[in-house]
Amino acid sequence: MTGILVLEQSLNGLQFGLMLFLLAAGLTLVFGIMDMINLAHGSLYMVGAYLIAAASLASGSFWLGLVAGVAGTALFGVLLETTVLRRLYERDHLSQVLGTFAILLMCNEGVRWIWGSQPMTLNPPPALSGPVELLPGFSYPAFRLLVIATGLLVAGGLWVLVTRTRLGMQVRAGASDREMALAMGVNVRRLFTAVFGLGAALCAVAGGMLGPLLAVQVGMGENILILAFVVIVIGGIGSVRGAFIGALLIGVIDTAARALLPPLLERLAGPAAASDVAPALASILIYVLMAAVLFWKPQGLFPSHG
Amino acid sequence: MADFFSSPLDHRLRKVPALVLLAALVALPWMLQAAGQDFYLGLATRVLIFGLAATSLNLVLGFGGLVSFGHAAFVGAGAYTVAILMQDGIASAWIAWPAAVLVSALLAAAIGAISLRTRGVYFIMITLAFAQMLYYVMTSLKAYGGEDGLSLMSKSLVAEAVDLGDERTFYLLTLAVCALAFLFVQRLLNARFGHTLQGLRENETRMAAIGFPVFRYRLAAFVLAGALAGVAGVLLVNQSGFVSPSLLDWHQSGLLLMMVILGGVGHLYGGLAGAAIFLLLEELLSGYTTHWKFVLGLVLLAVVLLAPNGVMSFRRRR
Repeated sequence: MTGILVLEQSLNGLQFGLMLFLLAAGLTLVFGIMDMINLAHGSLYMVGAYLIAAASLASGSFWLGLVAGVAGTALFGVLLETTVLRRLYERDHLSQVLGTFAILLMCNEGVRWIWGSQPMTLNPPPALSGPVELLPGFSYPAFRLLVIATGLLVAGGLWVLVTRTRLGMQVRAGASDREMALAMGVNVRRLFTAVFGLGAALCAVAGGMLGPLLAVQVGMGENILILAFVVIVIGGIGSVRGAFIGALLIGVIDTAARALLPPLLERLAGPAAASDVAPALASILIYVLMAAVLFWKPQGLFPSHG
Repeated sequence: MADFFSSPLDHRLRKVPALVLLAALVALPWMLQAAGQDFYLGLATRVLIFGLAATSLNLVLGFGGLVSFGHAAFVGAGAYTVAILMQDGIASAWIAWPAAVLVSALLAAAIGAISLRTRGVYFIMITLAFAQMLYYVMTSLKAYGGEDGLSLMSKSLVAEAVDLGDERTFYLLTLAVCALAFLFVQRLLNARFGHTLQGLRENETRMAAIGFPVFRYRLAAFVLAGALAGVAGVLLVNQSGFVSPSLLDWHQSGLLLMMVILGGVGHLYGGLAGAAIFLLLEELLSGYTTHWKFVLGLVLLAVVLLAPNGVMSFRRRR
């Protein structure tokens, strides 16, 4: 029985971790290459989820909605980069915080303007709405399996792109030493627009996958944005590998703490203390982890800057 | 505004403009009454309180060069201490207020001691992480209202003759506290301590090389800023009569940062000006449209893009 619980929670943790990675990958590249703090990154996730929900509703098909929404978000990201964010690269971190916080406010209010304050529903495709029996006596929701598969597929594709292609080589060069990359003739400007569009598309994929599991609502991007920042700081800024390991670490620890701490505390300290303390402890755990990592390794686990 | 500075590290308070401003602020309740706009006294009080919070953030951010993204935690700690003591039957301002400031200072000492080991972006993130921890702690403490927050049964008791429930009395008390705090920050900046802090902002390596204990100076500034933020929290909870975890949310820290950046990083009046601009803009815009946050974002973005040097003398660091 406990074996099944552990298995189920591991899958949940893996799924959440992979989705966090989709967000953290774009965030860490923006950060690593342009030294740019983008507080509006979570807004791309929200815009993606809304576009996918709206397109799914209009077309009646989850898949059509997903494709249209991801493409729309990538376009939105590229537009945002070329019109506004590009002007912030050369500025200090404070201006970037202010500018992207302003965009975050506008995105939240814009979405509320267009779609209203009520959360939108994004239904998983009917074929995947039921459970699948993975082991005798253990079934797992089919859609969550799809989320895991998508996460693995996209992460794998990203790995190939970053480590095996010319574009990826330029991205890595830009992330570890932008001046040198510039001197070697990399068009960092164009490269960065591409990276930003890709990052936006990854956000939208995460939005489409998590939308049916969580709610599609205004402000949904913010909690996950903070988590994505935690991920890239733990992993080491600019490091895609660090983001991957950090995301899985956070996903598994967060999920496990939420599932396992309440029964554990109940056994140790009684039900009253458990219901009071367990949720806080579970929420705090990842921040404790982050503080601990930074205490011993102030550059994160996989520092990419020398 | 450049003539405010006689030396780059000095922030002289020019007596005449400062006294004129103070006199205008003291006279404000009566001027509002004469104009039949009493309603705005509450807004003015809020501007002062947030001006204090933003000024305390400016101490570490503008003069210390440390981008702290968890400053709301100290405001919240001050507010919660007053509310919790009140719930346990201690309403006296003479006990609750110093206790609140002490709690904020101790919290800042603990957070600063760990965070100041890191630099730059990592410092931003670790201060944010600690503030989030506090946010989740207060969200889950059911005894103190949990997510719903905690209401004050009454205002803090200062003295028999002083009724903080009266808006004008409360405004004048807030003004007195804020003016003293502001003067304290100004004196601090012109003292050896302030000069050292600003020297560390300009060149940490050189300051360390000539023998200044970098960490200790920064920690001291961080603790002082935390304590002042705690004072703002004390005033805030007394004004609204209510405190909830949303006061500790990272949005609040973001808004305080925004006020400082808008008003002027490293400018003596930066925090005050930023709080005034921000809250007045909010008030103005929300009267026109329900989607005022969109317009607010647009204005902020325009300020960043079109006025790189900010609204007041917005000095770029490094």
